[in-house]
Amino acid sequence: MTVSPETPDLAALVKDDRVAGTLYTGPELFELEMDRIFHRTWVWVAHESEIAKAGDFKTAWIGRRPVIVSRDRRGGINVLLNRCRHRGASVCDVPKGNGNGFTCPYHAWSYALDGTLRGIPYPEGYENVTEKKDLPLQRLKVGTYAGMIFASFNDEIEPLEDFLGGARLWIDRFMKQGAGFPIKVQGEHKFRFQGNWKIQLENTTDWYHFPIVHRSWMSSVDAETASMLSIMTDESAVTHALGNGHSVSVSVAEHVDLDVDDGTEKLQDRFGHVIEELSKDLPPERVRRIVRSLHGAGFNLNLFPNVAMSMSFFRVLRPISVAETEIRHVALGLDGGPEIVNRERLRIHEHFQGPFGFGSPDDAEAWNRVQRGVTGGVDMPILVNRGLGREKPNDLGQPTSHATDETGMREAYAMWKRMMTDVK
Amino acid sequence: MSSDVLSTAVVDAELPLDDPRALAALSLIWREARLLDAKRYEEWDTLWAEGGEYVIPIDPETTDFAGSLNLVYDDDRMRRMRIERLTGGFSISATAAARTVRTVSRFTVAARDESEDSIEIASAQIVVGYKRGETFVLAADLTHRVTFTADGPRIVRKVVRLINSEDAVTASGFLL
Repeated sequence: MTVSPETPDLAALVKDDRVAGTLYTGPELFELEMDRIFHRTWVWVAHESEIAKAGDFKTAWIGRRPVIVSRDRRGGINVLLNRCRHRGASVCDVPKGNGNGFTCPYHAWSYALDGTLRGIPYPEGYENVTEKKDLPLQRLKVGTYAGMIFASFNDEIEPLEDFLGGARLWIDRFMKQGAGFPIKVQGEHKFRFQGNWKIQLENTTDWYHFPIVHRSWMSSVDAETASMLSIMTDESAVTHALGNGHSVSVSVAEHVDLDVDDGTEKLQDRFGHVIEELSKDLPPERVRRIVRSLHGAGFNLNLFPNVAMSMSFFRVLRPISVAETEIRHVALGLDGGPEIVNRERLRIHEHFQGPFGFGSPDDAEAWNRVQRGVTGGVDMPILVNRGLGREKPNDLGQPTSHATDETGMREAYAMWKRMMTDVK
Repeated sequence: MSSDVLSTAVVDAELPLDDPRALAALSLIWREARLLDAKRYEEWDTLWAEGGEYVIPIDPETTDFAGSLNLVYDDDRMRRMRIERLTGGFSISATAAARTVRTVSRFTVAARDESEDSIEIASAQIVVGYKRGETFVLAADLTHRVTFTADGPRIVRKVVRLINSEDAVTASGFLL
């Protein structure tokens, strides 16, 4: 086991320009993070398209607690702890599906889609002992914004809109890649790496690593796509700290607001076959709007603590243990949109993401190496000071620096410190 | 000609050991396994027919690969770019690739198409990998559609159905 302080001075672990190595390695810190961060704040659990119809459900995680996200008969969204109120078995064992409710496999206690306890076999044993109405599945607080479903174990939590704060503008902009169609989930890649969850949290707004770690991906794409992501020398590529641990890193400034088009951008040659197909049915301006959105939004939005909206996909992290993290890369498409567009988006996703993608395995290799290195030198700090000398507030007062700078990481660690030291 | 690795017809199919085309296909599949373990990807590429399709799906049921998210869905161009990535020296995961030893067995002739002069072989693949002190196992049902050309048998389509395709799959710098 890694050495970590028995009663750590938590505030001292995070400074403006560096964080302690134990943040990646301390098992006690990890337990505290589950209690003080994951069980207290809003955690992303699903996109509405994943539970579009009454009876639809999926399973998810809040920290290490398994939950069910369901759509009930009245259209309501429920997030329920996946734990029978009788003797504790999980009541749902599939990643997704459609049904009338959930029945515990052990003694067949059955629950409705909203968690209400509907049936107990041989109920006479419970006469004068317990009432069904007192034993629903534990219900979590639920909030939605622009189709993004969040849940919290904390009944006192601030409204979701307040928590998202400055990130809401960027969520709205992200959804514009639907080009007039709602966004829908098209599947996901899932893999694990042997490292702490915050290594991934940092990565979403880390454009500094991109041309280095992803050199093999860059050399495999067309010159126009590679040029679009030439961030190191692009002064319009900036990162903003958005408050509450959230941050956004702009990679393609002309795609920040996909509704804005000055007409000068040339559509990429790689999408020639898509343009040709769409042009059979759609006017040129619609074709242009849809094709300009094929790479997604021109930024990565990092929402503390577990979800990112990253150009054309969602990145969801799940802490497994202090040194193991599961990542899901959720592919998105246009709900009701042209099939050729959704297929093109699947191919773009497969090219970079997943255990056999041209990008993700190199990220995972770097993160595994971070964990190994830090474990070997746990007394040395992790530096998050890049760009401190050029960071300035933008006109909204948000600390802003270049997209290769570590402004987003500093924002996340400031929130980490606030939550970890806020002991009620 | 199509088949599903899970279908009754495939499970109940047999391997006629006196069928020279079946044995030629097996020989090709075993050669492929050796080349992949040896990471001799340029030679592996020569086993493919033009227009070959290499798929590692996520959905265990689907045969609509184009309409689904897959782990791998390669045409000739993607497969060659993948080889370039694995051999080019610029990918840190490929440079630190796991070593693998695989066995492919439990062969059956899943389907045959005399008019197109092709045969489909279903099999089981067990890959044992090793990297940084960790040894791991990846199991999959395979189907190879093999066509017989003037230059010998070539792979037209290979589908790798990992038993854990819908869960977290961790693979590093090697191919299935």
